[in-house]
Amino acid sequence: MGKYRGNPAAIRALVKDDQVHRDVYIDAELFELEMSELWANTWIYVGHTSQVLRTGDFYTTHIASQPVVMVRHDDHSVRVLFNRCAHKGTKIVTDKCGNVGGFFRCPYHAWSYKTDGSLFAIPRKDGYDGTGMAAGPAGRGMGEVKNVEIYRGFVFARLSERGPGFREFFGESLSSMDNMADRSPEGELEIAGGCLRYLHNCNWKMYVENLNDAMHPMVAHESSAGTAKKLWEGMPADLPKPMAIEQFVPFVSGYDFFDKMGVRVFDNGHSYSGVNFSIHSAYSALPDYERSLVERYGEQKAHDILAMSRHNTVYYPSLTIKGAIQSIRVARPLAADKTVIESWTFRLKGAPDALLQRTLMYARLINSPMSVVGHDDLHAYRSIQEGLAANHNEWVSLHRDFDPAEIGDTDRSVSGLSEISMRNQFHAWAKFMTLNMTAEA
Amino acid sequence: MPSVTQQDVIRLVYREARLIDEKRFDEWYDLFAEDAYYWVPLTHDQPDGLNHTSLAWEDKLLLKLRLERLKNSRSYSQHPVSRCVHVLQQPEIELAERERWITRTQFVYLESRGDDQQTYGGHVLHTVVLRDGALSILLKRVNLINCDAALPSIQMFL
Repeated sequence: MGKYRGNPAAIRALVKDDQVHRDVYIDAELFELEMSELWANTWIYVGHTSQVLRTGDFYTTHIASQPVVMVRHDDHSVRVLFNRCAHKGTKIVTDKCGNVGGFFRCPYHAWSYKTDGSLFAIPRKDGYDGTGMAAGPAGRGMGEVKNVEIYRGFVFARLSERGPGFREFFGESLSSMDNMADRSPEGELEIAGGCLRYLHNCNWKMYVENLNDAMHPMVAHESSAGTAKKLWEGMPADLPKPMAIEQFVPFVSGYDFFDKMGVRVFDNGHSYSGVNFSIHSAYSALPDYERSLVERYGEQKAHDILAMSRHNTVYYPSLTIKGAIQSIRVARPLAADKTVIESWTFRLKGAPDALLQRTLMYARLINSPMSVVGHDDLHAYRSIQEGLAANHNEWVSLHRDFDPAEIGDTDRSVSGLSEISMRNQFHAWAKFMTLNMTAEA
Repeated sequence: MPSVTQQDVIRLVYREARLIDEKRFDEWYDLFAEDAYYWVPLTHDQPDGLNHTSLAWEDKLLLKLRLERLKNSRSYSQHPVSRCVHVLQQPEIELAERERWITRTQFVYLESRGDDQQTYGGHVLHTVVLRDGALSILLKRVNLINCDAALPSIQMFL
């Protein structure tokens, strides 16, 4: 037996109000427990309904280290099934996406399943007469994730039977998803432009924490965004700024900018930076698009939608979104020191192509394995992964702007430079790691 | 004006790779036309770089940014530095017009940093144009066989 399994007290002891023990990033047993507890007890992002429009359309992924397939059933509902044959465990579909027609068929012994996962047919089924197969786990089919919720097209699943309800879990943080979808003149999003998958040799939490970390851009990105700024210096003021310059330069804004930008935290680990404005606020206006929003929503609401320019919203633990530019980044943890970060972009239905092209530019500049911004971020994460081996200090400091009054506050806005979002994440981490865990005698 | 031979075009393709491997980035940059793009698509047969994400789709401004960044000692991901080598197959001329050529070159590419080494393969398409009496690259399109895989940081130029 390891140090942490069946020992909720030891897990809680890793998280103090203002610092965390290094094991949360480097311990292999804790990673397994994160998958079986934290990532099972919370609502994990699976995919978007626009990926499975027609009956039989599927998309494969994994949540909490388990293979799942999201599929459009014949009653038009979206189902999340375990991607495992009831017979011997073969993955039923191995392509990233596709269409299975009316039913799934295992490529090994041709067991077949309806698109709700129920067993449909087995060759020479009489061979199972008089056996316990039908009454056992194999008789239940592929198995369906019971707790699935769809919000503005975003599909979430909670693997555990016991855990918070969807609305209770996300609460007011859902307003960031609303803002992203409301930016469409039709009020709807569709996935477009492909998925960048960036392999990170670090713990998933380093990536998630970084998205509300406003003390790093002017340091880590000096060489990239700072160079962009220099390349544009001295250009005539009336020369239109290239989109790349417009997107890069705010990264090297000063501490005051990020201080005033603000961060707001919610219960259960969720938060967003950019309470008052963000690095996306000063992008060029698109008059035709803005007119189409006014036509749909009226002057005031259209203005409010566009004025809300949040930076990164963290839907702890798996999803982070940028409503202002219609992109999301999804953490898919593989091991304590291995994570794939998926970057997806969306088309605002009814909006001009220029908006899709803007989010694609951002994705290339920031989220690609060839991104010079990503290179320096990942370098920092990997250095932490290695640096934490130093035994003289087993703790990671999250003290910046700590205020004891923040503990238990479920909706709090403070300076963007505060490390409150990380403290808030670890508070949720300890809670959901131990939610369904009982101490072993 | 001396006439341009196909051998001159092929020589340019070899030179382009060698300048990267030798980190002579300013000279490399000058091989590209002012309206050139360096493109690493994210999918096979990707029709364009504008309406679909790419691993890289960069104009000369962004290329300049990359090579200026590499001169900055605060490019932390370059401690330790990356090195690369292109192993090129003989370029084939896919298209030859009066002042425009497209070459197709199969390659193996190694990139190393510290104790890690990555291996990539595929083919590269160069669109080469003759302008003002000199050859320059209008488009370098790198088609990786695993462009759709989850990839680690690729820090040099494929």
